Amino acid sequence: MHDNHTTTSAAFWATLKRDLLIAFKKKNDVVNPFMFFIIVVSLFPIGISPESERLTEIAAGVIWISVLLASMLSMDSLYRSDYEDGSLEQLLLSPHPLFFLVLAKNISHWLVSGLPVVLVSPLLAYMLALPQEAYGTLVLSLLLGTPIMSLIGSIAVALTVGLGSRGLILAVITLPMSVPVLIFGTLAVQATLNSLSPVGYLSLMLVMLSVSISLAPLASAAALRISVN
Amino acid sequence: MSSAAPNNHTESKNGETMLSARQLFCARDDRVLFKDLDFDLIEGQVLQVQGSNGSGKTTLMRILCGLNDNYEGSIKWYGQDIAEQAAGFFSSLLYIGHRVGVSKVLNPIENLRWSCSLLQAVSDEQIMNALKEVGLRGFEESPCYTLSAGQQQRVSLARLIISPARLWVLDEPFTTLDAKGVAQLENFLQSQAQSGGSVMVTTHHKLNIPQLNILSLG
Repeated sequence: MHDNHTTTSAAFWATLKRDLLIAFKKKNDVVNPFMFFIIVVSLFPIGISPESERLTEIAAGVIWISVLLASMLSMDSLYRSDYEDGSLEQLLLSPHPLFFLVLAKNISHWLVSGLPVVLVSPLLAYMLALPQEAYGTLVLSLLLGTPIMSLIGSIAVALTVGLGSRGLILAVITLPMSVPVLIFGTLAVQATLNSLSPVGYLSLMLVMLSVSISLAPLASAAALRISVN
Repeated sequence: MSSAAPNNHTESKNGETMLSARQLFCARDDRVLFKDLDFDLIEGQVLQVQGSNGSGKTTLMRILCGLNDNYEGSIKWYGQDIAEQAAGFFSSLLYIGHRVGVSKVLNPIENLRWSCSLLQAVSDEQIMNALKEVGLRGFEESPCYTLSAGQQQRVSLARLIISPARLWVLDEPFTTLDAKGVAQLENFLQSQAQSGGSVMVTTHHKLNIPQLNILSLG
């Protein structure tokens, strides 16, 4: 009876695959935040000034803020439909540590919402006249920062998934917690622009990412248990 | 609501006590759902939880599964607290609630691939056979939003065939099923009991199973 029970890693991969499959089938949830990101960034040259000196100054901040807003938009899909169709209860009742299953969901969420944004960012940086030498830092900082946002957002969504009308509460919880990421992300790019080394800021982001990976899924798991209660 | 009394303490001919609840008390919004509720679930037994609407049947089921912790009293799994036995308990448990845990965008195979693999390694062949058995042949590849409520319920019931779980906790599994589905599910419950597993089930339906015991709430 007990010999064919799954290992935690099998449950982890099954959950990751399932979430990617759902994202693939519900393309709206993936495409909308991505389009939103591109549109918001494109509005700045129109609204502020097309002059490249002024755009260069604000480029890093604009991209980072748009990433933050787009990630807010994508968060809701993380647990909501699972909560509504009862899959979340199945997840909670699995014999495997919820930490890894939540982590699988977060990784899948980042792969479909964070990674595309990172990949397209050099193109938008070009549009905002960011000097080429800063592209690498921008991409690297986004690569470190977007998973942190997914992990932090996951806690907030887990806490609010049981509420009927959430409205702005998700943003109120998530945005303040994302401020350090925003600061170090933009500072890293600015440092490169001023011919300084961004390594310090990027290392700090790496630390934040490590801490989030090890702690945020625990918090999300606890929050999910409360929400389902 | 009023307190509940165990209606029927069972003959223990079948074996060990799987799950035992003592002095369960649960109140919601100043309303007592049940208090001093004692019952045992013995291997090979089907325990039907009865009660009027709002008498706390679903709450009881969720408490037993550990989804709800707003209660007092003790619940033991083979004589030990569930908290100490969590891995053993959860790998023996299969719960199907009101919300059946079937994702609407996925098809039945993809749904079962995931929900079964949380508990055990499962092959596509097993899944296909189970779907055939619950009458979903030809719907294996249809997204679940195209299926009727009864068919979605059947997707979740296919897990009963695949799963090795010893304890089934089923909350209103009969609601959307047709007559044939009801008879089939009764058969499932019966064969689970015969093989030494146990079932807790809430339903207003009159079950036709020899191993049946009844727990009345409210």
